[in-house]
Amino acid sequence: MILSVQGLEFRYPGRAVFQDFDFTVERGECLAILGTNGVGKSTLLKCLNRILKPRAGVVYIEKAEISKLSRTELAQRVGYVAQKHENIRCTVFDAVLLGRKPYIKWDVSRRDQEITNRVLKILELEDYSLRYLDELSGGELQKVVIARALVQEPDLLLLDEPTSNLDLKNQLEVINIVKKVVKGQQIAAIVTMHDLNLAIRFADKFMFLKNGNIFAAGGLEVMTPENVESVYAVPVTIERWRDVPVVVPQ
Amino acid sequence: MKKVAATPGRPGRLEIYQHYTGKKKVIILLMSLLTAILAVLAINSGGMDLNPFQVVMAILGQGNPVSDVVIWNIRLPRVMAGVIAGAGLSVAGCVMQNNLRNPLASPSTLGISNAAAFGANMAIIVFGAGSIQSASTDAVIINNPYIVTITAFMWSIIATMIIILLARFRDFSPEAMILAGVAISSLFSAGIILIQYFAQDTQIAAVVFWTFGDLGRASWREVIIMGILVGLAIIYFMLMRWDYNALDSGEETAKGLGVNVARVRLGGMLVSSLITAAAVSFLGIIGFIGLVGPQIMRRVIGGDHRFLIPASALMGALILLASDIMARTIITPIVLPVGAITSFLGAPLFLYLLARGYKRR
Repeated sequence: MILSVQGLEFRYPGRAVFQDFDFTVERGECLAILGTNGVGKSTLLKCLNRILKPRAGVVYIEKAEISKLSRTELAQRVGYVAQKHENIRCTVFDAVLLGRKPYIKWDVSRRDQEITNRVLKILELEDYSLRYLDELSGGELQKVVIARALVQEPDLLLLDEPTSNLDLKNQLEVINIVKKVVKGQQIAAIVTMHDLNLAIRFADKFMFLKNGNIFAAGGLEVMTPENVESVYAVPVTIERWRDVPVVVPQ
Repeated sequence: MKKVAATPGRPGRLEIYQHYTGKKKVIILLMSLLTAILAVLAINSGGMDLNPFQVVMAILGQGNPVSDVVIWNIRLPRVMAGVIAGAGLSVAGCVMQNNLRNPLASPSTLGISNAAAFGANMAIIVFGAGSIQSASTDAVIINNPYIVTITAFMWSIIATMIIILLARFRDFSPEAMILAGVAISSLFSAGIILIQYFAQDTQIAAVVFWTFGDLGRASWREVIIMGILVGLAIIYFMLMRWDYNALDSGEETAKGLGVNVARVRLGGMLVSSLITAAAVSFLGIIGFIGLVGPQIMRRVIGGDHRFLIPASALMGALILLASDIMARTIITPIVLPVGAITSFLGAPLFLYLLARGYKRR
């Protein structure tokens, strides 16, 4: 087990976002967090990475309690791709190299540069390495920030709506890359998503959030019309196309 | 995680990247050389007729007794003060722009300069440290410069502490810091007006003279104090350069990369304020360098703080040295206020680079 969450609770002043969250994630597993806007999907990811401090509960990564790790140690285990990222003025290589920050002492080593180069190659970005970020398309930019998280050599990837604002081709490309890396390197990924069909294509497990609770969690068996309708208040049917379930709003 | 093996991809790629960063190092090297040349020219310019060779010989201890006295006691402290204060103000602006996530941030954003000016007003008007002497070549003299400097420095530090205490309640968010800075700045401006309202004409003249900013006020003592402070500050900033790069990518991304954002901001603002306070207290108000120095270099060398920090420091030194040469030579023997010249030099250069856009490679 790569991640274990026990009794996690977060609240803003005067408002509980979620409480009593318990779940685990295994190596090689992709977990999709689903739910309506404002239900606390992004907040949950930030609590798993100590960007936000939970009110209660513990989070273990590979048996290490994250509150006892230094920020640098945590960054060596968890790669985080924020929903919003600043388009800084630097080259693709520099932007990805920044992911080595948790390992850099005084200056970048040859190894840091080689790992950056290797990840750029995996994500087919190496021809862009000296291009500036503001010259890239949305899809290319998303791949750059995922590459930055990957050079952290994490055990766990946290991706906050990585496919929002991308066209269909780029959505598929980005989720396929993440899936390939998760399976190939036997790490884990937790991804917040809105597109249920994309989630079905991508994830091994699903977790529906509703009213600050885990409404349903599990494999494809939780992707039922009742669960989807209850969470999103939209009636749906689940069709099958080539043995893959497809969520169709009515 | 199965660690990514450190095997080289296409060997050419890394070499291309190293060539790219090498070009930035060359720019910094050329700027250092230019600073040294300009420093010699700055020492050379003035009333006494010297040539650059004599200047270099005097610096190396091989000059004649008269040139030695002029260079070592008058011109060298002035030029060193220019290099150090220019580098300090510019590098402080560079870090403030990053920490506050605001391209218009500069050492004056947090009201440190206003606080120092308030201190100088208090020293000159309330403690009677300044007056007018009509027989002197300088109409206005500050009787007791140390009281002025100490009071100015003290109020700068008080202002810094107030801003940091206020910003602490909002976890050192850039908005909280800028708003606290604006409030403090306005508070000290009001204080200056009130003190000046009750002052005599001669005292107001002395205060205005102080605020002009003048490198000639620095003796070796001030140069050494400023040199140590600015030197330590640059080392600190260089140690934090990866944190600043991460902060440029957004607060959440920086936290995800292991950066303690609040602590980085607190340190950056504290050290920037300290060197600003020292420069302003010793030399008076020298504006625009903290804004324009880093902005020029951001366009020339890019936003990577590994290169931007030293390049900003050198650009600040270059602007202040060039301004001081102009201030002393445009209408000799009258020495113009260097602060006005920095703006005259910096503003058109800044506008030119802005119009030209970012340099691509």
